[in-house]
Amino acid sequence: MSVPIPSSEGFPLIRTVGLHGLLVTFSDTLTEAANRATLAFRGAVDERALPAVLETSTSLASVFVRFDTSDVGHEQMRGLLQQMLDERDWYSADLPEGRRLWRVPTVYGGGLAPQLAEAADLAGLSETKAVESLSNARVRVLTIGFAPGQPYLGPLGEEWNIPRQSELTPMVPAGALVVAISQLVLFSSATPTGWRHVGQTGIRLFQPDAARPFALNPGDEMEFPSVSEAEFRRLTEADPNFGGAIATELSA
Amino acid sequence: MSGLLVQRIGPVASIQDLGRPGLLGQGVSQGGAADVRGIAEGAALLGQSPELAALEMGGIGGEFLATEPIRIALTGAPMMASIDGSPIVWNASHQLEKGQILSLGAVRKGVYAYLHLGGGIASPKILGARAAHLAAGIGAAVQAGDTVLAGADKGGPVGQVLPVDPRFDGGELRIVESFQSALFAEDLRARFSDTQFQRGTRANRMGVEMLNDGPGFAAEGQLNILSEIISPGDVQMTGDGKPFVLMRECQTTGGYPRIGTVLPCDLPKVAQAPLGAGLRFRWVSLEQGLEAQQKFEAELKSLPRSCQPLVRDPADMQDLLSYQLVGGVVSATSDPFEGE
Repeated sequence: MSVPIPSSEGFPLIRTVGLHGLLVTFSDTLTEAANRATLAFRGAVDERALPAVLETSTSLASVFVRFDTSDVGHEQMRGLLQQMLDERDWYSADLPEGRRLWRVPTVYGGGLAPQLAEAADLAGLSETKAVESLSNARVRVLTIGFAPGQPYLGPLGEEWNIPRQSELTPMVPAGALVVAISQLVLFSSATPTGWRHVGQTGIRLFQPDAARPFALNPGDEMEFPSVSEAEFRRLTEADPNFGGAIATELSA
Repeated sequence: MSGLLVQRIGPVASIQDLGRPGLLGQGVSQGGAADVRGIAEGAALLGQSPELAALEMGGIGGEFLATEPIRIALTGAPMMASIDGSPIVWNASHQLEKGQILSLGAVRKGVYAYLHLGGGIASPKILGARAAHLAAGIGAAVQAGDTVLAGADKGGPVGQVLPVDPRFDGGELRIVESFQSALFAEDLRARFSDTQFQRGTRANRMGVEMLNDGPGFAAEGQLNILSEIISPGDVQMTGDGKPFVLMRECQTTGGYPRIGTVLPCDLPKVAQAPLGAGLRFRWVSLEQGLEAQQKFEAELKSLPRSCQPLVRDPADMQDLLSYQLVGGVVSATSDPFEGE
């Protein structure tokens, strides 16, 4: 994994988002260090309770800060964020505390995940090698977004740096595991997508009426061990909300 | 408890308020009413808080039986409206007596109409709001057979009317540059604002398709950029360079690049643009955008002061009639105030 040299690449970078936001970007490519910096910087902004901040969120390598522009102007907020950026080397920050490891049983290929062959081909792997690669990968919840509780996971090896489709697949089901650009996404609801559907899980990542509506937090880690279709059906029947997925605490 | 029994309703009806801000970090976009002006107008007409929920109907209205006396207001895209068969004025508040039937037809222009109840709609809050967010699996469409219950109504006026803010047939959309605008060449951005678009067939609470005759608006290397934060109003280019304006119920992050962000105050115009309506984008500076948005918010706050009584004074009535008749909402021979 490449380590960015912030000063020479022009990062971190602060840019505007629409009328009421600023985006602090740590890299224009996904790196482990940039993602770690992102998680740490968001935590610091939340902790610092800057004036006029309405909410924060993260993408893969950026922190979004939405604020009340009638209280604090863009220039002032930019100054406050720049000052925080200058305080330390965010690329060497630690991961957040209280993270968990999720193991989520997954069916690869077949009728439940019809684009495994196509994705393996683009990655230059046989189907067997592709399943081996994906089911042995331990990935981080790099960010949550797009839809409720939906994680972007990675990074995967460079062989999985395959493009999105230019046309959308009309619909993949909730629990679909899809791949593109060295990342996995695990869908929390049925959705159209440009990513390729390689695996199917039975986990429900967003349960609006549950005491804990969102299963994951950024920084959590996930594994997707391969199971047979018969085993998958047994697991999802026995455990309709999690499909046999198990979470354990990660020690710091 | 007052309420309306839904006897018939279109397929795109849901309870909406101003949505649930603050959950972007968990992937939940704010959502809420497609046309926030419609929500604010209904609140002003009934003299209540704009945070209360109303029924949003896309394209087609429905038939509603009052289970108890109840105050209502109708805003947003104008529909043919009547109480027990007698036409009533749009963008106005009315009294429904127990057993009376409110009938709302198809929209005459625009897309989303709002039915407000005195006391608001008393559905349970999920994650802090009542707004259905169907894309996120929160809430459900309102269907025939449902009863829409009203909250406690502190009482207030009926027979109030607000002038209609024109936003139901497309027009100009102000757009600011955002953090991905630079991915699009300068001449392409200029061509974007020189292009006349039509609203396409793919349009819902998440996004609205923009069609044009000329070439598309693809960014360089756009299939491989990192997924990034989305704000409502972002104009996203799909792989073939076709623009979609992302709406309040859009996803929170996405990988397709965005050329800029339509001002929040111009989003009602996008939501309310009917199929085929002409739309154009005009670039404005961040300062101009903030100023326009501030003006819009001040205007919404002042709506209660703009409410006028629906009076029978012939001089005033002439005004109201002419405004109603522009689109032929009611026939020239029927009395729009019958049934008051």
